Amino acid sequence: MAVTAEYQGRLHHLQKELMAQYYRELTESSEGHGKKAAYLLIGGNPVELLRAFDILPVYPEVNALQLAVKKQSLGHIQAAEGMGYSTDNCAYVKADIGLYFSGRKTPFATIPEPDLLLCNYVGCNVYLHWFDHLAQYTKRPAFHLDVPFIRTKSGGPTNDDFAYVMRQLRQLIEVCEGITGRRLDEDKLREAVTLSSKTGELWSKIKHLTKRTPSPYDAYFDSVTMMAPLYCLRGTPAGVEFFETAYAEYAAKADAGEGPLAREDVRFVIEGPPPWPYLRQFRDMFSRWNAVAVASTYSTVGGLWEFGFVHDPDKPLESIAEHLLRWNLTNRNFLQRYDQIERYLEEWHADALVIHSVKSCRLFSAGQGDMREYFTKRGVSTLLVESDLEDPRYFSEAQMRNRIDAFFESLAHRKLTHAQA
Amino acid sequence: MAFAAGVDVGSTQTKCVIVDEGNAIVARALINTGSNVTRAAERAFEQALEAVSMSRADVACVAGTGYGRFKVTFGDLQITEISCHAKGACSVFPGTRTVIDMGGQDAKGIKVQDGEVLDFVMNDKCAAGTGRFLATAAEALNQPLDAIGELSLQARNPVRLSTVCTVFVESDIMAYLAQGKKVPDILGGIHGAIAARTIALVRRVGLEPEITFTGGVSLNIGMVRALEERLGTRVNVCDDSHFMGAIGAAAFALERAMANAVAPVPGVAGAAGAA
Repeated sequence: MAVTAEYQGRLHHLQKELMAQYYRELTESSEGHGKKAAYLLIGGNPVELLRAFDILPVYPEVNALQLAVKKQSLGHIQAAEGMGYSTDNCAYVKADIGLYFSGRKTPFATIPEPDLLLCNYVGCNVYLHWFDHLAQYTKRPAFHLDVPFIRTKSGGPTNDDFAYVMRQLRQLIEVCEGITGRRLDEDKLREAVTLSSKTGELWSKIKHLTKRTPSPYDAYFDSVTMMAPLYCLRGTPAGVEFFETAYAEYAAKADAGEGPLAREDVRFVIEGPPPWPYLRQFRDMFSRWNAVAVASTYSTVGGLWEFGFVHDPDKPLESIAEHLLRWNLTNRNFLQRYDQIERYLEEWHADALVIHSVKSCRLFSAGQGDMREYFTKRGVSTLLVESDLEDPRYFSEAQMRNRIDAFFESLAHRKLTHAQA
Repeated sequence: MAFAAGVDVGSTQTKCVIVDEGNAIVARALINTGSNVTRAAERAFEQALEAVSMSRADVACVAGTGYGRFKVTFGDLQITEISCHAKGACSVFPGTRTVIDMGGQDAKGIKVQDGEVLDFVMNDKCAAGTGRFLATAAEALNQPLDAIGELSLQARNPVRLSTVCTVFVESDIMAYLAQGKKVPDILGGIHGAIAARTIALVRRVGLEPEITFTGGVSLNIGMVRALEERLGTRVNVCDDSHFMGAIGAAAFALERAMANAVAPVPGVAGAAGAA
């Protein structure tokens, strides 16, 4: 029996309940008696702006990964390949395109047609084309929010970058006004940003709990349960309720000295998204070594709250721009990604780094070989494994397990010999 | 007298080694794995026992390794072949710093120090540069697998191979044969291409001498020479190089078997139980 402790308490049920409500809203919208819908991307998502217009956020990435978890991604991927999408193309894109042409029906919701395609992450050229293709297929407008990459030594955006994004946000407001037929309600925007700031503060506190020994939850495998509410419910009272519950439960576990496993032998940091089609198998590969993730970069793709970001209700639009530019993992350069991992290793007291590289996402995975070398040279035990986040064909269970076993074997051996020395 | 055994269930062949309490090899067995992995492990173990007229009761501890390690149901330990090749290479050649292992479907580089794995790298979902590639080439050239190494050494003008893909190598070979290229020259090109690819892979963990070459392909003299030529240094090989995973597993098993000995790899027994 594989020893995998999974949280099945109130939080788990609340997540199911709240996400089911969100999915009901998606289905209602698809049936034409719900809210207007905007497709947007996770990376630094400006969901608060949509809330101010009562526009329902739809995340094609979340839909795609849910399909993968439910083992339903491959058929859609192959359908997209049949249309001419390359086998090397991003599997999220292919699963979504396949889903679109199969009638948008999933086991969790019927995905509505978009009223707006908000491409808030143009740093990925594939994503840019994805939303352009969707615009062609759906004949709905696409808005490309061009967020300049961080390229300064200080690690921050320039004043011009900030002004450029602010200008685009004002244009986006005009687009949303056109779609909904009503003016921006400043109070509603402030309310959404206030709710987001509460959610962000709670999320940050939750993430700092894993500094404790044992870590009260797995910062990778359990964090993913919290990521859907972070994107789909942020800026709503339900989002705040979820994260209040999450904080209370995990803080209680931390105080009681409880972790996700019976024992915590290894604390690791993990980079990269999980192989969604094989999430359970992947988790078991770590659990059997009593290895717990205490931090993950993937759980920061929506924003870097744990490093000090919080939305400012007094400056709603400015804080949305700050989020997009400065506190957005996908907008950061590699040195900043190294810094983030270094902080995790040190402040979260981790023994090792695991990098899960994604075959069908070269943008995020390029450079991970160098990343491995960078940390290995600094004496950090680092494992690089590769499969895919969406396409089950890239996952070889025996090979993956072999690498992970070998890594933890040698880590355990090294700990032992160093302890004896 | 305490004995210990290592059973290495590989994708192509299953190897078993029995060692005495001084870690000296007293018996070895080699069989094709086939489709019944558990049976292959048992047969290899039985053959090794028969070779020295021993019974299972004489062996204090058995460690399973290789892809089929979880099918070594009679085993006491399960350890990856990465740890075992490192352990085996260092017990036979104590100065080993880098292990190049070329098996049926795997090519790997392991950086070691005093038998401890510091880092490792493997081929990923591609059989280029493995035993399977050589077997396909031998078949396409209608040559026995165990003769192609020697033949490759007779190459005068080795061909430049455009692929190291196990699937496409056959069509490349056919093209060269059609051009009238000699078999040794084609084989010279094949061995050179694999050696270059493997070295590029192993460089990712850092290539430091002494280098020990293990796995079934280490029996191929052409590959030994091709690696040495490109590395500019000699590589350690011995008659038991293809048993290195089993030798390492037996060494771990022996450590476990020794009374009051510290468990060689903590967590392994727990991991085996969890499997």
